[in-house]
Amino acid sequence: MSDMEALPTPSRHLLDDGRRTRAMVWIMAIMIFLTVLAAALGLGAARSAGSLDRELAGRLTVQIIGADKDAQQASVAKVVAALRKDPAVTRVAPVDRARLAKLLKPWLGDAGLDPDLPMPAMIDVDLRHGDTADVARVTAQVQAIVPGAQVDRHARWLAPVRGFITTLWLLGAGLVALMAVATTAVVLLAARSGLDTHRDTIDVLHMLGSTDVQVARLFQRRIALDTLTGGAIGAVGALALTAFFQARLAMLGSQMMNTMVLTPADWAILVAVPFVFALMAMAAARLSVVRTLKSQL
Amino acid sequence: MANIVQFENVGLRYGTGPETLSDISFTLSDGAFYFLTGASGAGKTSLLKLLYLAQRPSRGIIRLFGEDTVLLPRKRLPGFRRRIGVVFQDFRLVPHLTAYDNIALPLRVAGIPEGEVEPPVREMLAWVGLQDRGRALPATLSGGEQQRVAIARAIITRPELLVADEPTGNVDPEMADRLIHLFGSLNRLGTTVVVATHDFHLLNRVPGANMMRIDKGRLYDPTGSLRFPPRRPDVPPEETS
Repeated sequence: MSDMEALPTPSRHLLDDGRRTRAMVWIMAIMIFLTVLAAALGLGAARSAGSLDRELAGRLTVQIIGADKDAQQASVAKVVAALRKDPAVTRVAPVDRARLAKLLKPWLGDAGLDPDLPMPAMIDVDLRHGDTADVARVTAQVQAIVPGAQVDRHARWLAPVRGFITTLWLLGAGLVALMAVATTAVVLLAARSGLDTHRDTIDVLHMLGSTDVQVARLFQRRIALDTLTGGAIGAVGALALTAFFQARLAMLGSQMMNTMVLTPADWAILVAVPFVFALMAMAAARLSVVRTLKSQL
Repeated sequence: MANIVQFENVGLRYGTGPETLSDISFTLSDGAFYFLTGASGAGKTSLLKLLYLAQRPSRGIIRLFGEDTVLLPRKRLPGFRRRIGVVFQDFRLVPHLTAYDNIALPLRVAGIPEGEVEPPVREMLAWVGLQDRGRALPATLSGGEQQRVAIARAIITRPELLVADEPTGNVDPEMADRLIHLFGSLNRLGTTVVVATHDFHLLNRVPGANMMRIDKGRLYDPTGSLRFPPRRPDVPPEETS
């Protein structure tokens, strides 16, 4: 068999594959590893914030204070009856004294079980939505029946936690944005460096009639491949780590922490990160190469 | 014969330096064979660069295939370049591509489907006598073999104009004869050929070839009317100016 007959499939790798490419794969792997982790943090925090909002937005506690236990119970009955008629209210449940004593046990000890100890009567109220208008109306209604009664929104108690979770969400989103910018910068540098490295080949291609877009496509293809290869490595690592942390969260048994559990849609977003970055890298490479080539003949 | 190339008072200056080419005016007829001679540094390569659109002139008019290329928008240059085959003095083969892939490059640039690339590439490899060297990388080829790959790459698309810069500069006399014979064959197929050389011995190898001589950036005998073989073995610059 002659050498001609044994010719391999013609190579389309016009840009030489070298050490630079392998370095790019690992850079992309690290970038996407960090991006997926940041995105997981952001998504988890967003889920938690959403869950807190849903749980707390429409939840109120009515507190009726009075020394006379019978009058207090009568007021509770009136308020409960009135609120049950309100279409915005989905649940009204007076908190019984035993439960109240249990809740106060860390502070009062067994003294809380003393029936003579004056304690406020409490009523849990759930609203259909958590609109401020509904809360204001219910508050007015309660205070009309029992002047001096206090209506507390659970959301207000947990505002610092909600704020912290929002900070986590913003941190995650900010890190993802920062990584996107850094990745674009790396791609731009890689494209410019590639143009310098392959200047001779590009000159030949131009002389043979290549268009700028054809040359840019070579870089796009290579950078997309590097990003996807690196992205696959980075994403697998980050997803495994995220799954590990999710399992640890579930094991904690904390209602608050469980709100950070990712949904299937969140996992899909995390899996899409390398692909989105590959598209972004391709666009950046194309823009950079075409712009640079335009300055040449 | 129609003119395929027309230069009118063309000047070329690199940066703010002196003019490398001055007042160049000539025409090239479609299907003719031209030698461009001159000593090293006379301006042959600069003139060829203007011909294959690697440079724009500082002044003057250049018409290629009937169109003014000086003011041609950059996006139209590739279309013109695909009609021109270029053999560079330093070959400019892509070092990590095999001889086969180097020769196939213009076809792939032109978007020829992969299935249609192989037959012409094999034909070219055979034509330049490298049918057994298709898989070889340029670094493993001799100077003459690299030159032949460069020539095969330049002519695989059957260009209307072939420009060769010192194509025999790196080969022995026997190979030089063979390469010039290849150019002659291509010319007989209708391609206009311009070969820059300072080797006067080559000039009488192509019967009916025209000669243009360049010296210190100025073109002498711009009509290319001088025919070979000349009366004397060498053509002194003074006689033709």
